[in-house]
Amino acid sequence: MKIIIVGCGKVGRSLAAKLNEEGHDVVVVDQNREKVTDVCNKYDILGVIGNGATREVQMEAGIDSADLLIAVTGSDELNLLSCVMAKKKGNCHTVARVKNPVYATDASYLRDELGLNMVINPEYAAAKEISSILSFPTAINIESFAKGRVELLTFKLPQASPLIGLSVKETVSKYKLKNKVLFCAVERAEEANIPHGDFMFAERDLISIIASPKSALDFFSKIDYRIQPVKNAIAVGRGNLVHYLCERLIGSGVNLTVIDDNEKECEELSVKYGEVKVVKATPSDKDTLMEEGIENSDAFISLTEQDEENILLSLFAAEKGTKKLVTKINKPEYDGIIQKLELGSLIYPASITTNMITRYIRAMSNTLGSNMEALYYIVKGKVEAAQFTVGEGSPISGVPLSSLKFKSGVLIAAILRGRSLIIPTGDAVINPHDSVIVVSKQQKLYDVSDVLAK
Amino acid sequence: MNYSMIRYTLGWLLLFEAAFFLVPLITAICYLESAAFGFLFVMLISCGVGVLFTYKKPKNTALYARDGFVIVALSWIVLSLFGALPFLFTGATSSFIDALFESVSGFTTTGSSIFTEVESLPKSINMWRCFTHWVGGMGVLVFIMAFLPLGGGHNMHIMRAESPGPSVSKLVPKVKNTAIILYTIYFVLTLIQFIALLISGMSVYDATATAFATAGTGGFGVHNDSMASASAAQQIIVTVFMLLFSLNFNSYYLVLRAKFKDAFNSEIKAFLIIVAVAITLTTFNIVGSSYAVENIWDALRHAAFSVASIISTTGFATLDFNLWPELSKTLLVLVMFIGACAGSTGGGIKVSRIIILVKGFLRELGMLISPKQVKKISVDKRPVEGEVVRSVNAYIACYILLFVASLLLVSFDSFDLVTNFTAVTATLNNIGPGLGAVGPTSNFSAFSPLSKLVLIFDMLAGRLELFPMLLLFSPATWKRKRA
Repeated sequence: MKIIIVGCGKVGRSLAAKLNEEGHDVVVVDQNREKVTDVCNKYDILGVIGNGATREVQMEAGIDSADLLIAVTGSDELNLLSCVMAKKKGNCHTVARVKNPVYATDASYLRDELGLNMVINPEYAAAKEISSILSFPTAINIESFAKGRVELLTFKLPQASPLIGLSVKETVSKYKLKNKVLFCAVERAEEANIPHGDFMFAERDLISIIASPKSALDFFSKIDYRIQPVKNAIAVGRGNLVHYLCERLIGSGVNLTVIDDNEKECEELSVKYGEVKVVKATPSDKDTLMEEGIENSDAFISLTEQDEENILLSLFAAEKGTKKLVTKINKPEYDGIIQKLELGSLIYPASITTNMITRYIRAMSNTLGSNMEALYYIVKGKVEAAQFTVGEGSPISGVPLSSLKFKSGVLIAAILRGRSLIIPTGDAVINPHDSVIVVSKQQKLYDVSDVLAK
Repeated sequence: MNYSMIRYTLGWLLLFEAAFFLVPLITAICYLESAAFGFLFVMLISCGVGVLFTYKKPKNTALYARDGFVIVALSWIVLSLFGALPFLFTGATSSFIDALFESVSGFTTTGSSIFTEVESLPKSINMWRCFTHWVGGMGVLVFIMAFLPLGGGHNMHIMRAESPGPSVSKLVPKVKNTAIILYTIYFVLTLIQFIALLISGMSVYDATATAFATAGTGGFGVHNDSMASASAAQQIIVTVFMLLFSLNFNSYYLVLRAKFKDAFNSEIKAFLIIVAVAITLTTFNIVGSSYAVENIWDALRHAAFSVASIISTTGFATLDFNLWPELSKTLLVLVMFIGACAGSTGGGIKVSRIIILVKGFLRELGMLISPKQVKKISVDKRPVEGEVVRSVNAYIACYILLFVASLLLVSFDSFDLVTNFTAVTATLNNIGPGLGAVGPTSNFSAFSPLSKLVLIFDMLAGRLELFPMLLLFSPATWKRKRA
């Protein structure tokens, strides 16, 4: 598929990398020559220098033959204009990033009126992710399918957990998890595994499970691994993300304290969100953090623009005994080192956008009678969890799973039938119109029938 | 430096080269020549080494600019070394330096030969000589990149190091697809020339060899007198195709996409103007019985052929232009330096660099008159970045230094100045014949081994736009830590 990306910032770069890796023809457009040259040297893509909203530049980028235009510059207005121009000229899908809270309420109106296919707001999505993590602090990552009826939870196996030394099979029988909880991925020493029955758990494994929220809670209490719900949280940083987070946490039972050193920003927050306590101070000021009770807080969320500062503050909070950490990371390049530190849940705004757009593209390119409904990357993007609707006559329907021949590294993790959730075993049968969640490693699934070995 | 990636790429290069040996091998079998055994043997050797080198796939496939340059320079050396083996094994020559000279001259599309008698060589050897032009013309690494998923996005460094011209751009987002488009154009143009030559009455063997040698703008001939014995029609066909292969291939793509305005850019305009002026002056200069040219039409044909042959850096000849008047000879030496368009198969300094140089010079003059004037160099209404201007200037400085150093080293052989000067010019610009003792009817066999080595280096440096070869011999490249 031919894709034009307007804007070469953090999100644009991360998108270019991902889409190039997926095998698409990518053209990036930016006014900054250095940024374009740099990204073109790194990935096998084409660069065009200029204003992506102008007709001339769009023609040079090949809008007439493009399938999709994604506008992710720093300016919402430019993004919208680029999409409108592209829509007029080419017969392509358009995706715009709109991040200003002023426009956020109009997102769906903008999308429909301007004929865009998708409006994404990475900061809003990140805030949503943080609030769902705070509501379930045991997990370091939560993705939900089917409006929250199924959750994909990732947690780190603590020291002295009763699971250590047990195999998947033994765990399932000991804790009666059959048809309730499915272990779908384990990350150990930088490597992703789709565990089979004999897989043994070890300390510090990052385990991903699929379960309904209730079964997940049961599971965690059975293995004595639960973190108390978050009652009070401290967040440092500013920007749209903080606004959206305040908005989402109001009324959720979390007492939020925001620390930031920009007076105007602080005033604005305190006017808009009266329930939130706003402190004007340098986020890295140790005394302020102590004064605001970092020692007693349940959660600490670092959202500044500096990764170094976020990491440092999170580590400090951990040392002071904060139970739940959420750390925003802007540059995913140093992921390997970052994951080794105890930083709790990591939030990558650029990856969130990339995931949303990749999901959209997969759905766009899919052909047969099944549709991708959701796509998440877990274990640093090495494992995908995708939700598909199974169409009439799909080759995977109507036969027990045990008699289908799957590709290696593919797992049918859950079947959603009507309102019921089935965590399948070998004798389960998929019916047409069911929704299935497939966990896969190193496979790029476009369609549910891709799970079968050829 | 990613050594395992270098090894792996070289391995694949040798596997491809083993496949290239099929062309002369088939020729040898068709003509029942004993050279077939020589080719078969070389094929097995390069296949064996290739398999050995590619046996283990490297884990880290990242290539940086430095690795790109080293891979390109080393690849061309290895390619030439193995390409030289058939000359030795078939007994065409007994000197290794001579074999290497011939092989490098082939792959770099120079066309300078050490053979005094090409007609007495086996047909398969001549086919190999011409085929190396075709392989070298478009660049072999980009070709390999097109078929192997080697280094992800990093292969732009290789494309940049191997392609001629001051700045390299892709036609479509993927290097692979860009390479496929360019090779398709190359292949189709070669095929058209082959068919045209067949229709004009050339034998299949001659037409194949001539088409290969023209497409790569190489210049190895299969006859002792180059193209002199070819018919007028055949000479005209070759003239046209020499010019076609010295245009920027990106323009052909733009023509196919019906973007005629973009295709006909200022580089092509300048190139055609230079060609027209040179042809006109030469025609009127050589007309007359004293140069074996009967009438003005013959003069035009020979002038056009010679100018096209030299500016495209092919190096075919229809007449011994060594005997022409001084004005014509001077013109030919001047167009030797200009060379073809960027992004073509030709060599030389390249017209686009000349344009940037001239514009830079005019800008400097303007700046002296009114120092506060703002004038950015632009070509086709697009700004030429300072980085490109800087690299063009560095290229010219480097070119002159290398030229002077080579000239000095070659002068130890006590030939006259014209011979030495044009020998270096003809090799550094990948043309082939020069003037004097290296004129179109002579060859390079009389040079000493040292001079031949210098000229081999010049040919490789000229083909790879100087820097990869110079970097290969620079100690800083091989330091473990980056400076």
